[in-house]
Amino acid sequence: MTSPIWLTQGEHETLRAVMDRLIPGAGAAGAADYVDLLLGAFSFDPPRIFAGGPFSGRHGGEAGFERWLDLGPVEEIAWRIRIEGTKDVPERSFNGPVVGWQDRYRAVLATLGADLASQPAEEQDRRIAELDEDDRTMIFEHACEAHYGDPVYGGNVDGAGWKAIGFDGDVLPRGWTDAEVSEP
Amino acid sequence: MNASDLDCDAVIVGSGPSGAAVADVLTAAGWSVIILEKGRNHLLELEAPFGPIGHYSNDELKFVQRHFLGPDPVTEPRTFRRAESDGDHLMVGHVNALPTTVGGGGVHADSKLPRFREEDFHLRSALGPIDGADVVDWPVTYEDLEPYYAECERSAGVAGEETNPFAAWRSGPFPMPPGPDMYGAVLSMGAAEKVGLHPYRAPTGVNSVPYDGRPACVNCGFCGGYGCPIEAKGDPVALLRRVLRSGKGEIRPESHVVEITVDRSGRYATGVRYLDRDRNEQEVRATHVVLAAGAFETPRLLLRQGLANSSDQVGRNLMYHFQTFTVGGFPFPLHGMRGRSVTGAHDDHIVGDDAQRRAAADAGLPWIRGGLVEHGGGGQPIREALVYGPGAHHIDAMRDSNLRERLWAFTMQGEDLAQASNRIDLDPKIKDAWGFPAGRVTYLPHPHELVMSEHAGPILERVLREAGAEWTITSTSPPQGGDADLSPLGIAPASYHIMGTCRMGDDAATSVVDSSSRTWDIENLLIADSSVFATSAGYNPTLTIMALASRAAHLLTDTPLPATTPH
Ligand SMILES: Cc1cc2nc3c(=O)[nH]c(=O)nc-3n(C[C@H](O)[C@H](O)[C@H](O)COP(=O)(O)OP(=O)(O)OC[C@H]3O[C@@H](n4cnc5c(N)ncnc54)[C@H](O)[C@@H]3O)c2cc1C
Ligand code: SF4
Repeated sequence: MTSPIWLTQGEHETLRAVMDRLIPGAGAAGAADYVDLLLGAFSFDPPRIFAGGPFSGRHGGEAGFERWLDLGPVEEIAWRIRIEGTKDVPERSFNGPVVGWQDRYRAVLATLGADLASQPAEEQDRRIAELDEDDRTMIFEHACEAHYGDPVYGGNVDGAGWKAIGFDGDVLPRGWTDAEVSEP
Repeated sequence: MNASDLDCDAVIVGSGPSGAAVADVLTAAGWSVIILEKGRNHLLELEAPFGPIGHYSNDELKFVQRHFLGPDPVTEPRTFRRAESDGDHLMVGHVNALPTTVGGGGVHADSKLPRFREEDFHLRSALGPIDGADVVDWPVTYEDLEPYYAECERSAGVAGEETNPFAAWRSGPFPMPPGPDMYGAVLSMGAAEKVGLHPYRAPTGVNSVPYDGRPACVNCGFCGGYGCPIEAKGDPVALLRRVLRSGKGEIRPESHVVEITVDRSGRYATGVRYLDRDRNEQEVRATHVVLAAGAFETPRLLLRQGLANSSDQVGRNLMYHFQTFTVGGFPFPLHGMRGRSVTGAHDDHIVGDDAQRRAAADAGLPWIRGGLVEHGGGGQPIREALVYGPGAHHIDAMRDSNLRERLWAFTMQGEDLAQASNRIDLDPKIKDAWGFPAGRVTYLPHPHELVMSEHAGPILERVLREAGAEWTITSTSPPQGGDADLSPLGIAPASYHIMGTCRMGDDAATSVVDSSSRTWDIENLLIADSSVFATSAGYNPTLTIMALASRAAHLLTDTPLPATTPH
């Protein structure tokens, strides 16, 4: 396995175990990689926030999702606030201080303990339940994004999340025929 | 000002459907136009041949979770409260946030483009007043607007059929036949007919056949909320492309207008100042200034400067559509992810019947009017997953997919009556990333909306059960009742139909613009977006926005379209 981008190896293992408890199979399908890529998005140029278009290539057309799009200056402020926090940078502080996802994940993963992945499921659930509600919400939202978002963002490897629920994902440029739309 | 000092004949603030409609008409008449757009450009190349950029994609993360089309609630927050007694605000974040991008909300609307009916323009005369609301007549009639409706249907490309018995008269057929019905709509329209309603295929700004050099829709299902990767939606890309091709129009993205400049008399606009991508201040000087920033941002801009507000009506009379959502769960899959999000509609609750009149009378109201009911379904899995919550049950819930695969939904776009206390103003504390005060909504529905919604809900549930639903449930936005604070759609109105905040009228004392969309206070300042609506009607607003904008531009260039008659 390649080393993580922003998380430490230990944090990555812990997060993967958490993800599997929140959505069965999500951790195995790369949900920790998804969060790792999000937290480390700014180590790439362009930052890995918006995948390109117009087609994934899975249903014809030229594959364009891996051509990541650049961010405008205001978008960069928004995403740095989310990921890194305001960190006393004046241009980020227009509505007061915000703690970024990087710091929150570091703290949450420390609280869960480096030994989380080796604990029995009940113990894992107990520790997850004791987390702050805001943090649990953040991680669950990222789990959903990871497992049901496009694989180019790092989770849902080989469409495993979509396959598990019978979702077709993106279908362009093929689309659906009129009969497939109107008939049972 | 000397003509040589001018940069263009008209500067337009905003590139959504309203700004595009104005620019299209002005450039066709030979005027030079600069469109300033706060957001980024993902819509079309700004160099000939002005082709698609290829940034749109069927990517739920990018469009829904990550705010690709803007506004990002972190850098452009808005605030909401129900009444002044709530204090500064109840919530901060995403409030009626239409995209800030080249093309505005036209880009990701799924584009039902109905017309209003004749009566909608003279509601006060036709039905009379209602206590506590400000029901007025418009200073324009349906007859005035018909030629412009027809023109905008052709320029954006609308597909539809003339089977709605309640529709207003038309001077010609729809430019395209309707596209395919979604399977759920086949069931719900059949059931609606059985119950005595009059369903029809919703007129939609989506190509059902190749049109205007753009392909037919292939029903990809990522429609409402997404840019169309193949350009089967024409509004407003078709209009903006024509503006650029005319050689008379320019679009400047990432240009945030911060001030309308006026001369010493205060009665004449000289242009605008804006901040470019690097926040350097720039100026455009023009003979006319057209505000097309949407019914939320236009009043926000005017209020910041205290402009055009001698009537004290700027920001007031904020109207949405009071939305009633009735959903039904089916025992079999409806594959609502195939198709254009919504393909059917009915208007019966706008027109009303004896039962509706009784419901009004029982509530002590002289009349009630609902809105167009959209028959639609679908939804993408990330939003669905968030609803089911974490744990061992999660995958089974997703596989059963009550919400994505087996749900069918009615959305009634209920008429919302104007009230002066419902308004947009400036939040005293929250700012945007440029340091300007955030826009704030203060909004409470009138009893009219609530009574109408309560009347329609059971009817809509009956239709869904007739269609085969095992269970049905009705909710509203903004949410009402004991659980209002828990609504997954949030406490603020979720509607993207925002109207009335610079209303049109015959009297400068009670309205902001006249019947040709010019502000009473500043003769060469026009407003082209739905701020000017005098009533909300029960119809999706965008075609009416475009028709009014087009009419204002035709009048400005002295090229009015000839009057029309029924075909
Ligand atoms: C998911 C969704 C589905 C919808 N479906 C439908 C539908 O089916 N039918 C329908 O009729 N309507 C629909 N709508 C509503 C429709 O999008 C709007 O009615 C329409 O976009 C309004 O057009 P507009 O030009 O007035 O404003 P907007 O489209 O909001 O455009 C305003 C533009 O002005 C720009 N702007 C704002 N402030 C500034 C500034 N200071 N400087 C420079 N630029 C500025 C904004 O960035 C924006 O691009 C839908 C909306 C959404 C979000
Ligand atoms: S459903 Fe049709 S119009 Fe809508 S985005 Fe897909 S291809 Fe485009």
